[in-house]
Amino acid sequence: MLELVLIAFAKCVFLFLAFLLGGAAILSWVERKMSAVIQDRIGPNRAAVFGFTAFGLFHPIADGIKMLFKEDFVPARADKILFFFAPVLSFVPPLLAFMAIPFGPPVAGREWLMVSDSQMGLLFLLAVASIGVYGHTLAGWSSDNKFSLMGALRTSSQLFSYEVGLTLSLLGVFMVYGTIMPQAIIGGQSELMWGWLPRWGIVTQPLGFILFMLASIAETKRAPFDLPEADSELVAGYSTEYSSMRFAMFFLSEFVGILLVSAFGAVLFLGGWNIPFLAGDAWWVVLLQVGAFLAKVGALVYLQMLVRWTVPRMRFDQVIDFGWKYLIPFGLLNLLATAVVLAVWR
Amino acid sequence: MTQERLPMPDLTCREMLLQMGPSHPAMHGTVKLDLRLDGESIVAVDTTIGFLHRGFEKMCENSTWNQCFPYADRLNYVSPAINGVGLALAIEKLLGIEIPERTKYIRVILSEIARIQDHLTAIAAAALELGGFTAMLWAVEARDYYYYMFEDVTGARVTLSYCRVGGVRNDLTPDFRQKFDHAARITEKLMVDIDRLLTRNRIFVDRMRDIGVMKAAEAIDWGFSGPCLRAAGVPYDVRKDDPYLVYDRVDFDVPIGDRGDNFDRYLVRMEEIRQSLRIIRQCFDQMPDGPVNHPDWQVTHPPKSEVYGTIEGMIAQFELVFRGPVVPPGEVFRSVEGGNGELGFYVVSDGSGRPYRLHVRPPCFAIMQALGDMLMGTMVADIIPTFDSINMIGGEIDR
Amino acid sequence: MLEQLIEYVPLLVGVVVAVGTALGMLVLNAVLGPKRTNPSKHEAFECGNPSLGPARNRFHVKYYLVALVFLVFDVEVVFLLPWAVEYRRLLDSPLLGGIVLLEALLFVAVLAVGLLYVWKRDALRLD
Repeated sequence: MLELVLIAFAKCVFLFLAFLLGGAAILSWVERKMSAVIQDRIGPNRAAVFGFTAFGLFHPIADGIKMLFKEDFVPARADKILFFFAPVLSFVPPLLAFMAIPFGPPVAGREWLMVSDSQMGLLFLLAVASIGVYGHTLAGWSSDNKFSLMGALRTSSQLFSYEVGLTLSLLGVFMVYGTIMPQAIIGGQSELMWGWLPRWGIVTQPLGFILFMLASIAETKRAPFDLPEADSELVAGYSTEYSSMRFAMFFLSEFVGILLVSAFGAVLFLGGWNIPFLAGDAWWVVLLQVGAFLAKVGALVYLQMLVRWTVPRMRFDQVIDFGWKYLIPFGLLNLLATAVVLAVWR
Repeated sequence: MTQERLPMPDLTCREMLLQMGPSHPAMHGTVKLDLRLDGESIVAVDTTIGFLHRGFEKMCENSTWNQCFPYADRLNYVSPAINGVGLALAIEKLLGIEIPERTKYIRVILSEIARIQDHLTAIAAAALELGGFTAMLWAVEARDYYYYMFEDVTGARVTLSYCRVGGVRNDLTPDFRQKFDHAARITEKLMVDIDRLLTRNRIFVDRMRDIGVMKAAEAIDWGFSGPCLRAAGVPYDVRKDDPYLVYDRVDFDVPIGDRGDNFDRYLVRMEEIRQSLRIIRQCFDQMPDGPVNHPDWQVTHPPKSEVYGTIEGMIAQFELVFRGPVVPPGEVFRSVEGGNGELGFYVVSDGSGRPYRLHVRPPCFAIMQALGDMLMGTMVADIIPTFDSINMIGGEIDR
Repeated sequence: MLEQLIEYVPLLVGVVVAVGTALGMLVLNAVLGPKRTNPSKHEAFECGNPSLGPARNRFHVKYYLVALVFLVFDVEVVFLLPWAVEYRRLLDSPLLGGIVLLEALLFVAVLAVGLLYVWKRDALRLD
């Protein structure tokens, strides 16, 4: 029992602190640098240690330190308790959801590269990730600011609308692989179709993948669906009244959210850690597979950033319309099509 | 969705009073909108302007005619060159003098460059606030090349102080044409990119189409002019209908829209950039050599060699600096096609070297009045593209 | 019973670590950050204007409506989940193989009719 707790503790500390928070910090640098490249700018290049700028890689660190030393400020009319807990509530769920993501194959018969190998599988991920909406909504409500309030209402409506579409887009994958366990889904995707085509989710569920990407961009509240914090309309949406570390937590939770949906997408649609035509349990194979998984996550992050810096923002009613009138009907259609194909092509 | 709305049970809620601006990311140029909102739908809009009032008109009354030009540059700071041209034309009309040919071309070239800057800025702002950060930076990059050209000629990027009564401060730099060709090439390339990024982008079109509609008849009643009026389908352009300088000698089209919505205003601006490039190219081809200032020292400053070398020159310089150019008594109105529309200068002189009264007719003042009407019944998010397609400039509207 | 619960222990550890991280960051910030306050700082941000009163008024009911519709649909999707996971095995079962697809068709049809109803009823229109 103690051994179990200690191993889990070590894994969690590594996953949350090193991988996710570090990853989110680097992602904020990637975001800035990539947008700079797209927009013919230089991007962050000022923070320097002993004259070394390292392509601006010190900026996330500088930002973090700055956030720590800023005033933690609570408006007079705010609901103090909710105002305090809302950032935590939005920060914790995406971290927790990562516990159900396998970073590599089982090693020596045990799931070393995955924190929680529970029977809930990806249901846990879905359930936990959707708690995050409370954080954002309560943040907006507790601030007692009109822009925050509108941001909060937008958040809840938008996340609700895309939650259904997101789940529908996953059902097809669950049908094809007949399980909700991530390792089993990756196992199913490791097979080959007709001896040459990897049976990845993106091959068996192309429409599902598109729907998933759309819904997950909306779930992470990124452009073109960044309505809850639409800076030109709502100043900063639900986080208008937040400062210092609490603001940083919303900020980090957004980037962890990006990592989360990318990892989720990689597990479901890109074969997880699977590299086609490569199997075995030699240490270098496992290492390569972990690398492949991270590369796939990176590819999906790249895709999301490309979208973010290309398209403008939608209007709120258009977002809701899109969620209900396109995403969900197409999700149902995908579900039925998958069912029919599976029934015919047994 | 065009279908009729089914009747809903009357679900009342309290309207929300939202103060948007002056410190709001979208209310640039500084304006305040008091909104009454039903959900996110706008029930009433009350516009407050005046946050950038600096007393331009009163300041001019205490300055000599030439000292007004630096103030005028700060009217529409997005297309500063046009302001000076407009003021100079009004004063020259009162003086009844004909300026040298070369100066006319220089003024047209600078006006059109300013127009390109203005439209690029308007498009950039609209794109930025709709979340299209990339298109904004591309447009701003294109605009920057023109700022460099202005810097070469006048020493300043925005506050040019370039026009004078009866001429301009100095001639264009020798490599001006070359620099323009370079800038124009880059602009055209970036325009194609922006076009690809926005014009057929479904999200952008959905945000702009049929939002902020102002039909032709109403637009005329409100006193619209410029791209906003042309987008409504009225081909009114001061450059065509009351040609000044050399606009009657160059060939260009006046683009018009038919719906009068935000998207039409965007398209009109895009096309006007191309037309402006066309005008500038023709001007360069037609432009003669020669002096850039009126020869009369009563009006324009004598060359420095004359000031230091001859008594006449020195007296003329002294008189011009301390008393100002003598403008005969009378009043006159002259308008030019500014970035946002008809930019008019009403000038009254009592025969001294300073204006007795100077009034500006800022184009976006008339357009801003209609903002409430244009926004009625739309959503909070629609304020952004509408406000940006009006391209309100605080310096001009508040003066 | 206890054996079954043991697999959830890592999750519990994760919750503790994640919440601990979050609270640790906040505490560190509270210790390190300055505390300088004045009355106007405590006003809610209304673009620099004096406040017009609290924000928490009755807001438009349509946002609530979206949440209600979501509740219905999310539950229905949850019903689909076990069916989706077991679909291929059910297809092979001699007893249910024939009707498992039909069942889903019916269920999705009901869902679609529901969606069509709220759609036509304008419950999803926020403009």
